Amino acid sequence: MTTPAPQSRTIWREGLWRNNAALVQLLGLCPLLAVTSTAVAGLGLGIATLLVLTASSVVVSLIRNWVPQDVRIPVFILVIASFVTIVELLVAAWLHDLYRTLGLFLPLIVTNCAILGRAEAFASRHPVGPAAIDGVAMGCGFAAVLVVLGALRELIGRGTLLAGAEQLFGPVAAGWTIELVEGDLFLLAILPPGAFIGLALLLALKNRLDDRS
Amino acid sequence: MAWPTAMRSGTVLAIFVGLGLTLVAGVYELTRDRILAAEQQVVLDRLEAVLPTGYDNEPADAHFERPSPIAGGPPARVYPAYAGERYLGAAIEAETPEGYAGPIRLLVGIDAEQQVVAVRVISHRETPGLGDGIEASRSDWIEAFAGRTLGDPEAAEWKLRGDGGAFDGITGATVSARAVVAAVRQVLEAVAADPEAFRGEPPETAAGGEDNGEASGEA
Repeated sequence: MTTPAPQSRTIWREGLWRNNAALVQLLGLCPLLAVTSTAVAGLGLGIATLLVLTASSVVVSLIRNWVPQDVRIPVFILVIASFVTIVELLVAAWLHDLYRTLGLFLPLIVTNCAILGRAEAFASRHPVGPAAIDGVAMGCGFAAVLVVLGALRELIGRGTLLAGAEQLFGPVAAGWTIELVEGDLFLLAILPPGAFIGLALLLALKNRLDDRS
Repeated sequence: MAWPTAMRSGTVLAIFVGLGLTLVAGVYELTRDRILAAEQQVVLDRLEAVLPTGYDNEPADAHFERPSPIAGGPPARVYPAYAGERYLGAAIEAETPEGYAGPIRLLVGIDAEQQVVAVRVISHRETPGLGDGIEASRSDWIEAFAGRTLGDPEAAEWKLRGDGGAFDGITGATVSARAVVAAVRQVLEAVAADPEAFRGEPPETAAGGEDNGEASGEA
């Protein structure tokens, strides 16, 4: 079952760029498209996903030799679902405004196939060290896309950046919002179609950068 | 051969179910009080929006419980508003089980003439992008209740337009909108049936109450 573990540099490059969960594997697009109307909401869901992905990768890797093949998927899902519920409870207790903004998408992290995908494709075949790095790298790659797409849509749609930062960082951040233009700009960007257009632009940009090198 | 394998798989699965449950239950216990406090804060933040203006008591501290005005809901909380000893109205926090994806908790503000001041959603699990249109932060649909009474529209008209009533629906979220309209109507009916029961006690010392009211009103 265990294949030779790749070097951590390779894992980082795969997670952040070459095999990015959102831009290359195109996994977890439902939350990606739905919550990225602002950069802060994207960051919040990104961090939650990162936490769940890392924790579940570590646990799945630790138990990989004990779990019989035929029940491994249910066990992985149980592990993921437990961590999602824990993260949801913690966010509800300490970041309640963010909890209300993310709404149903927080518990829906459990259905993000990027997480089960990494558990099955990487963590269940590698020792705990590389699995942890893979979880962090994939999570960061996914969170980065959420933040970039959120920032892009917020900027084009409302002319602001970091609106609602206090939901994530507390009252200190209330003044962090940068208002570049007064009033709403290009409303389409914050509506659902804007999410698809924004994601398409990011995909095109990534493919173009890859083609050049 | 197949039996021992199945046993082993089943046992492993059962162990993980047990571990997962224990872990989640533990975190739930640890976070429960904080989550309740945070949810209460959400109610307090919305009280000002749904209460008639000019009150000088502490509706949050004066709250009391009533049997649910909405069929099938848990007991409701009433936050009465007073200016001195004059009753201005009350905010009623009630829950309807008729939501699309679980209960919807509402804060309904009603003045002394039994007219709706405003309605706010406290919590819900409706579909993002569709049913969450009932939230004031997502759309202004909920503002349609402001100024309504049981006579405006007529009791029979307290329905969605699609059901032959006077209220606009929300596209793609008929169930959510219908639940909210029915819930607000039932709250109004409960108040109309027994207005005294929603008044609570007027604040005892007007002077002391005034100071408190202003201090916390600005905080």
